[in-house]
Amino acid sequence: MNSIGEACTDMKREYNRCFNHWFAEKFLKGDGSGDPCTDLFKRYQQCVQKAIKEKEIPIEGLEFRGHGKDKPENSS
Amino acid sequence: MVKYFLGQSVLRSSWDQVFAAFWQRYPNPYSKHVLTEDIVHREVTPDQKLLSRRLLTKANRMPRWTERLFRASVAHSVYILEDSVVDPQNQTMTTFTWSINHARLMVVEERCVYCVNSDSNSWTEIRREAWVSSSLFGVSRAVQEFGLARFKSNVTKTMKGFEYILAKLQGETPSKTLVETAKEAEEKAKETALAATEKAKDLAKKAATKQQQQQQQFV
Repeated sequence: MNSIGEACTDMKREYNRCFNHWFAEKFLKGDGSGDPCTDLFKRYQQCVQKAIKEKEIPIEGLEFRGHGKDKPENSS
Repeated sequence: MVKYFLGQSVLRSSWDQVFAAFWQRYPNPYSKHVLTEDIVHREVTPDQKLLSRRLLTKANRMPRWTERLFRASVAHSVYILEDSVVDPQNQTMTTFTWSINHARLMVVEERCVYCVNSDSNSWTEIRREAWVSSSLFGVSRAVQEFGLARFKSNVTKTMKGFEYILAKLQGETPSKTLVETAKEAEEKAKETALAATEKAKDLAKKAATKQQQQQQQFV
């Protein structure tokens, strides 16, 4: 799957390979320490954040919403 | 006005397989509209949860009839953010996904909770909620309100006009009162129409502001 930055796709692939292995073999089994992918992640992020700025994608400063708590239950 | 959706799905795979697959979903034969995918933030919290933010761009497929109305939107892809929390200790995952552009046209938000299926613990269930909103609904309400107010003021003018001409035809010089009444009615009609236009503008503005606020709530 392509990255938004054409130059970043290979770095993304490398990072994902590392992450997917660590995620399934370590993290999900309770061992969340020692993420071996930090360097690959840094490289990938440098590239992709640059692409995001160049394309002026407005994701700066948006608060994390992953806990899913800012929408009330069963609201219409 | 917000359209609400609630649904539940089951995947016949264990929670750890589903959570691992979540990161490897794209591309697949059903995701041709997904153009790019990137992780733009990731961290492991002190309590061993994985927080991630994924940025997706999707082709903006809209029906032909919308293209003339929303010319600006047609050109640009939709940018979507997906924030997630993976909690391996509790075997749950929560995701919150929302579109961040074309907001004036439509905003779609989705919250999913993934957990072990209550019937079979080798399956995974997904509880999915979505909210679809558009500030255009506010605009169409405003147009309706304005139309109705203008119609009402025209009815007043019609009736006053009738009374006036009937009085004239029946040989009564329209009394000063009647002429004045007609003038008053015209003034009142103008005021009503003006008030209605202001109200309509306000409604449309409120609807647009609410959209923006929903997006920037925590900034």
